[in-house]
Amino acid sequence: MELLYGLIYLVAAPVAGGLLTGLDRKVSARMQGRVGPPLLQPFYDVMKHFQKEKVVVAKIQNVFVLGYLLFMAFTGALFFSGGDILLVIFAMTLSHVFLVLGAYSTNSPYSFIGAERELVQMMAFEPMVILAAAGMYLATGSFYVSDIAGTGKALALLLPGLLLGFLYVLAFKLRKSPFDISSSRHAHQEIVKGITTEFTGSTLGRVEIAEWYELVLMLGFVYLFFGWSPPLALVAVALAYFLELVVDNSFPRLKWPFAVKSSWVAALALGMTNVAVLWYFARGVV
Amino acid sequence: MSYFKKSPWIIHYDGSSCNGCDIEVLACLTPMYDVERFGIVNTGNPKHADIFVITGSVNEQNIEVVKNIYHQMPNPKVVVAVGICATSGGVFRECYNVMGGVDKVLPVDVYVPGCAARPEAIIDGIVKAIGILEKKRKEMDEKG
Ligand code: SF4
Repeated sequence: MELLYGLIYLVAAPVAGGLLTGLDRKVSARMQGRVGPPLLQPFYDVMKHFQKEKVVVAKIQNVFVLGYLLFMAFTGALFFSGGDILLVIFAMTLSHVFLVLGAYSTNSPYSFIGAERELVQMMAFEPMVILAAAGMYLATGSFYVSDIAGTGKALALLLPGLLLGFLYVLAFKLRKSPFDISSSRHAHQEIVKGITTEFTGSTLGRVEIAEWYELVLMLGFVYLFFGWSPPLALVAVALAYFLELVVDNSFPRLKWPFAVKSSWVAALALGMTNVAVLWYFARGVV
Repeated sequence: MSYFKKSPWIIHYDGSSCNGCDIEVLACLTPMYDVERFGIVNTGNPKHADIFVITGSVNEQNIEVVKNIYHQMPNPKVVVAVGICATSGGVFRECYNVMGGVDKVLPVDVYVPGCAARPEAIIDGIVKAIGILEKKRKEMDEKG
């Protein structure tokens, strides 16, 4: 049964991710007083990328980008089939390392800067996510996604700090302003185009599909906090995504040192406090 | 089925324009005209772009830049010269450093005259360019 969820993810996540991205562009446009592109625009874009001429700077970059896509899909499948959440986090890191290697391999100064910034982003994101996993373990006694999702406990109430901290760093992963420092979405520009500068045609298409997988995976993480009540969880996921869009459209991009520092402060202040309190009460109350 | 019609991405380069045409190009992105309705994205990266929009004439200094951007764009690609400067050199034609219109260096597909070219005219030019993009795509397919 759980394996089935993983398989469903592999097939359905790109569709759902693409639709969500289309919705994102539509809603963002409305927030800016524009009509916006059609809902299916992300699919048109990706199809077009696959029809473009293949221009490759270094052949190895295609291998790395394919690695990024495959590992991202694998990570998500692991998550949705109820696997170990720590393994999920590290597999996700691995997939991003592939993307960074792909950008490095092109030897272009622009994608080099983008790759460096992607590493910085990972540095900013990782502590909070690992803390979140630790908090979930403290609360439920298991690192398995299936156990965490199946627990009857109201995780969002036990881990409010971790939830807030997670929402804070989520902007890094969704490549949203104010934290879209390595590469940005839509028509925003970032040192030419950051980490994707040298990726063209089908390679770029693969990067986009991997990002759709990632989007669904990230929303899955948010879902976990509300796992005890699926209807509530779906509402919470929708709200969280909407919140990211509002923030994306209201704040300019931050400089990277501040972005990293603030994410660590958020992780430390919100996450650590939450984990410490939980740990203190872990024996008696929960 | 070809998707270029639905998702033409643009790179905009300012040759030696007086900035008049640039403002009009950017006006196309505003809520008033919102070209993203048609899936048009103003990317800053030639490697992601399908349509090369140039404003202003080509001069001795930017000729290499213009060629470089053009050659970095993967096929199929089209060039749109926006404004009378990009079309022929316009009022700057006689300047000692100006070479003339963009077609002195690149194969221009669509000319959008006007000083400055109106956003409506620019959008019209882009739509024409999309048609040519489709045609080029077909030729690419036939060649294999
Ligand atoms: S055509 Fe007119 S408005 Fe446009 S760049 Fe030339 S002088 Fe300026």
